[in-house]
Amino acid sequence: MHPVAESISREWPEVFLGSREALGDLTVYLKPEGALSVFRALHDDERYAYDYIVDVVSVDYPKESDRFEVVVILYSMSRKHRVMVKQRVSEANPVVDSIVGIWKGAEFMEREVYDMMGVQFRGHPDLRRILMPDDYDEGYPLRKDFPLIGKGWRDDMSFVPKMKRITKDNREISARD
Amino acid sequence: MEQEKVVDKVAEQIEETRRREVVLSSLRQTVLNDLDSTIQTDQFLLNMGPQHPSTHGVLRVLLDLDGERIKRSIPDLGYLHRGTEKIAEYRTYNQIIPMTDRLDYVSAMANNYAFVRAVEKLLEIKVPERAEYIRTIVAEVQRIVNHLFWLGTQALDIGAMSVFFYTFREREELLDLFEIICGARLTSNYYRVGGVDADLPKEFITRLYKFLDTFEKNIGEYNTLLETNRIWLARTKNIAVITGEDAINFGVSGPSLRGSGVDYDLRKYEPYGVYDQVEWSVPVGTNGDVYDRYWIRIEEMRESSKIIRQCLDRLPAGKILTDDHKITFPDKGKVMHNMETLIHHFLLVVQGFKVPAGDTYCGTETPKGELGFYIVSDGSGKPYRMKIRAPSFIHIGALDHMAKGYMVADIVTIFGTLDIVMGECDR
Repeated sequence: MHPVAESISREWPEVFLGSREALGDLTVYLKPEGALSVFRALHDDERYAYDYIVDVVSVDYPKESDRFEVVVILYSMSRKHRVMVKQRVSEANPVVDSIVGIWKGAEFMEREVYDMMGVQFRGHPDLRRILMPDDYDEGYPLRKDFPLIGKGWRDDMSFVPKMKRITKDNREISARD
Repeated sequence: MEQEKVVDKVAEQIEETRRREVVLSSLRQTVLNDLDSTIQTDQFLLNMGPQHPSTHGVLRVLLDLDGERIKRSIPDLGYLHRGTEKIAEYRTYNQIIPMTDRLDYVSAMANNYAFVRAVEKLLEIKVPERAEYIRTIVAEVQRIVNHLFWLGTQALDIGAMSVFFYTFREREELLDLFEIICGARLTSNYYRVGGVDADLPKEFITRLYKFLDTFEKNIGEYNTLLETNRIWLARTKNIAVITGEDAINFGVSGPSLRGSGVDYDLRKYEPYGVYDQVEWSVPVGTNGDVYDRYWIRIEEMRESSKIIRQCLDRLPAGKILTDDHKITFPDKGKVMHNMETLIHHFLLVVQGFKVPAGDTYCGTETPKGELGFYIVSDGSGKPYRMKIRAPSFIHIGALDHMAKGYMVADIVTIFGTLDIVMGECDR
């Protein structure tokens, strides 16, 4: 096991679920409950010193019981090392602790995850939609059950003409239109 | 002799301007302090954008003002959201490359590079040496193009018009070079998983050498145009200061991070391409203000031209694409004569190449900062999930922190200094 993963597993055995090394990346799996104290140590403790936040990502696995995976990618400037921390939450209770208090840059990243996947962050100062309109109420676009073409909102707009099926009889008219 | 005298004279002038600048800025501060204590101000909310020439696209910001001072700025994003990440889940990897052109549309080559590197990391394949050299050359040309564009528009935003014409003249020459290698000026679609699309023609190399010869001199000229401009200096020095710790905490990357004195460049610390085989250095600033970030970009252009020159000198012969035709398209001439090649071609078009299941994050130093791709593959020909870590998006996250306390006129400078492109920010 990677020394970082090992020391996390020793200090927080009830939060640590496992670790994996592949393609030169270290991945650590944590339980959402109690993960915040691990994150704080990853930032503050000199042995880890992950001071740079790279990204917060969400992945949807609709067939699994803990459907959403939240990936926090961190980097240590002093140790030149990158780690991916993964937590899984279910659709019924899609809540993880916000890390905005530790990395300020996480504010926008978490808002994007909320906007696109519907995962909520406990303790986030301003959890609103960020890329979609504020009043968008069709759900969360990056979930796997959200259709690629959207949910038909565009068809309801009065100024978008309904597409007519082109037949032999109206072919010329539609070509002219 | 004559020339030396002129150079001395210019240097003296620059020194004199600097000295005046110090006196002026302290004077300015005292005046501002006096004003702050005597003038009564009102609070109000000002809407800026999304259609505003200085917001570099469609960024909308709500400014909470106290008189002319910014108390809070609330960015409103999403006007250019096209759902790139969602669409990518329904496209093969080769079909995604042209989509990455539209992320940061002033440096499309860099986006291509970032994406193909992430896929190559998942595939664990090696790229031929010549292709690595070509990739590095083109990526650095793209860096110069981006910084020239940035320099022109940044100076234009502040009111120094003339630099714009010079930088765009240079940029035009480089875009012509892009047209030679890929047929397009902006949306290049040039990099491929496993190499590049086309070899560098002779004309490209000779014209690039010729360009570099004049360019290295010209950068100094643009520098003098701005360095001796008192108004420009007053509007860039000590504006939008962000400390190194704060910049790291916000996830700021690229020239904006190095301007704050943090020595972090992926080309140096996680070398890819041939960056570890050429000699160059990472310029690092000290104050973290607009001026330092300007200086970093100017120096980066110098370093880029150094890298390009060395790469061109050493450009080895060889292949530009890997031979593994399960991943790269076979030679078109053979497709109609060879059964196996035809099958490869057919499968690549219909299904795309299969990527082993797994996930990875791969960051690349693009002109704007660290552009990362987090790709989850389920073993099929399409990504299960693709997340783009866009530097512009993350830089806008730090906008409120950087703009707090400055004048409303400075907000334009701050947009400019972060070098944001909304195509990349909203994705």
